[in-house]
Amino acid sequence: MASVTLPVAARAAAPITPSGAIAKRLLSLVVVHGILLAGAIFMLLPFVWMLITSIKPPAEIFTAQISLWPKQFYGVENYSFALSQAPLLRFALNGVILCAGILVVQLLVAIPCAYALAKLRFPGRNLLFVLVLLGLCIPVQVPAMPLYIALAELGLLNTYFAMMVPFFLSVFAIFLFRQFFRSFPDDIIHAARLDGMSEFEIVWRIVTPSAWPAIAAFSVFSAVAHWNDLYWPLIVISDAKLAPPPLGMMFFADAETGSNYGALTAAATVLTAPLVIAFLIARRRFIDGITMTGVK
Amino acid sequence: MATVDLTSIAKSFGPTKVLGGVDLSIADGEFLTLVGPSGCGKSTLIRIIAGLEAQDSGGVAIGGASVDHLRAHERRVAMVFQSYALYPHMTVGANIGLPLTMSRMTLRQRLPLLRLLSRQRREILRGIEADVGAVAAQLQLEHLLDRRPAQLSGGQRQRVALGRAMVRSPDVFLMDEPLSNLDAKLRVHMRTELAELHKRLGATFIYVTHDQIEAMTMSDRVAMMDAGDVLQLGTPSELYERPASIKVAQFIGSPAINLLPATLAGSGRIELFGRPLSLAVNGTAGASITLGIRAEALSLAQGEPGQGGRAWFSARLRRKENLGSEYILHFDLAGRDAPGVTTRATAATAATVNETAEVALTFDETACHVFDVGGERLEPRNGGAVSSVVPLRA
Repeated sequence: MASVTLPVAARAAAPITPSGAIAKRLLSLVVVHGILLAGAIFMLLPFVWMLITSIKPPAEIFTAQISLWPKQFYGVENYSFALSQAPLLRFALNGVILCAGILVVQLLVAIPCAYALAKLRFPGRNLLFVLVLLGLCIPVQVPAMPLYIALAELGLLNTYFAMMVPFFLSVFAIFLFRQFFRSFPDDIIHAARLDGMSEFEIVWRIVTPSAWPAIAAFSVFSAVAHWNDLYWPLIVISDAKLAPPPLGMMFFADAETGSNYGALTAAATVLTAPLVIAFLIARRRFIDGITMTGVK
Repeated sequence: MATVDLTSIAKSFGPTKVLGGVDLSIADGEFLTLVGPSGCGKSTLIRIIAGLEAQDSGGVAIGGASVDHLRAHERRVAMVFQSYALYPHMTVGANIGLPLTMSRMTLRQRLPLLRLLSRQRREILRGIEADVGAVAAQLQLEHLLDRRPAQLSGGQRQRVALGRAMVRSPDVFLMDEPLSNLDAKLRVHMRTELAELHKRLGATFIYVTHDQIEAMTMSDRVAMMDAGDVLQLGTPSELYERPASIKVAQFIGSPAINLLPATLAGSGRIELFGRPLSLAVNGTAGASITLGIRAEALSLAQGEPGQGGRAWFSARLRRKENLGSEYILHFDLAGRDAPGVTTRATAATAATVNETAEVALTFDETACHVFDVGGERLEPRNGGAVSSVVPLRA
C-alpha cells in the first residue's frame, strides 16, 4: 500500500494568549456595534427630531443651537392643538379602512394566482410569470392618468373605492407568495387531491395556513406603503373627510397651522404611532417572512 | 377489493422517456412491489395509478373497470407517501378524519360560518370521530389524536399517514417508499407491521421501494423495473434464484452477486479463467459471457483445490466484515481482469484466512447464473434449477 502524507498546517505565528483573544474579540465587537449604531442613529434621528419638536414651544424650534430637550415643556399645548384643530382620528380611521380594504382584496387575488403559478402545470405558465415580473417594473405613476379618467367618467372620485382600486392586484404579492408556495411539498398537495379536496380548498385550507409568515410580511409591506401613500389619494380625493393620514396632514398644514411646526409634528407623531406599534407587535413574523425558507 | 390492470402505460416528461409501455396485472388482495434504482419510473407509475399524473398512452383499470376518466379521489385508492405528506397545521385526528370529512360532508357543511347552519353536521362529525377512533386504535394512535405532526416521531407520523389511508377503506393501497425516512431498526419493525396489515385488510397493495430487502421480505410478487421498463416479474424467490437479466441479478440480493467474465469454448462449454467448467450453454464458441455466483454459493476450498472435479479459482483476501452471525469475506482476484468477489463464511472459517496467502475458492456449478453479452440469462444445458419463469422483456 502506498503511504499517504497529509499536509501539515502551518504553525501559528504567535501563540494565542487568553487575554489577547479577549482583546481581539472586544475590538471586533466595538467595531461592529459602532457601525450598527451609526446606521441606527442615521435612520432614527428624523423620528427623534419629530418627537422633540412636538414638545417644544414655537420660540425654541427656531433657535440656532441644537438642543435635545426643550427648556419649556410645550407638549400638552401642541398635542391638544393638533387633536382639536384637525380630525386626526378621522384621518387614522380612513387609513385603517384604506389599508384593510386593499390588503384583503390583495390577498384574495394574489394567493390563488401565486398557487397556480407555483404548483399547477398549464401551457403559458412561464409566460404569465414573466408578465408578473414585468408588472413589478411598472411604477404606479404610469397608469395614473387612464385610471383617473376612468374613475372620473364613472363618477367615483372622492370614494374609498377610488383610493383602493389601483392596488387591488399586487404583482409583488403574487411574486412573493409564488416563491413561498414553490417550497411547499408537492406530496401534501397530492395527498389532499387524493383525499378529495378541490384546488380552491387546497389553496385555502392546506397551503395558506402554512404561508402565515409570508402573509404577515406582505401585510406589513402593504399596510406601510398605503398608510404612507400621498400620491394617489392626492389625485382622487379632495374631500377632507376621506383623507388618509398623509393627505390629512397636508390639508392640516395648509389650512390651520401655517408654520406651527410644534403642532404639525405632534399630528405627525399621532399618525405615525399606529404603524410603529403594529410593526413592533408583528416584527417577529415580519422577519420570519423575509428570511423565509419555506415550511420545514 | 380489486384487481389492478395496466396496459402499455407510457409517459415522457418532455424529451425524457420515463415509462416505455408497462403492462402489469395485479390480482385482488395481492402485495406487489415495484423495485428498482432511483429514476427507473416506479414512482411515476404509482402516481399514474393514483391519478396524480396522466399517462401519455395506455390504460389503468381498477376492479376490471377503466379509471382513466376518474380523478384521483374517485378511484378508491389511498396513497402513503415517503414524506408522509401530513397536513402540518392539523391535528392527528383532523389529518386522519380529513378524507371522511371530504366524502361525507357537502361543501356547505365544510365552509366556515355557513357550516353552523347545518343540522346534520354534528351527527356526521360524530360518525367521523368514531371511525377515526377505530383506525387510531388499530394503529395505537389514540393518545396522539390531539397532537400536530411536528410533535410526532418519524414512526408515529408514518402510522398517521397509514391511518389516513386506511380510514377510507380503499380497494387499493399505493405506497411510495413509505419506510425510506425511518431509521434502520424502525424500518425492520414496520416491515412486519405492514405485512400484517396487508393480511388483515385483504386489500390490494402496490408498494414502491428501491430497497431490495423490503421487496424480498413483504411481497407476493416483485416487479423489477429499470429505465421505464419491467425487467422481470415474479415471486421474490424467482427473482433471486432465476434472475432474467444481469441487472436483476445485480439488484436483488445482498451482498451483491459476484460477476466473473468467462468465455465459451467449443460446444458451448464455459471456460472460467482458462479452465473449462462442466457447465454448457447454447452459443457460439469464443463468445464472452458473464458468470454470476451468489456469495453463499462460493466457499473456501477444503483440502486440495479441484478435488472431486469441483470448479475453483484462486484469490487473495482483502477485507473481512464481521456481521456477528457470520462474516462477509472480500477477495481480490490477483492478476486477473475481474473485480473482486465476496463470500459468506462462518467465524471459524473466517479465522483460517488472512491477507498474506492466496486461497482457493470453489463453487457449485449448478448454482451459477449465465448471462450473455447483452446481459440476458442463458439457460445451462445440463442441470440448474428449473422453474417456469418467463422474462417479460426479451
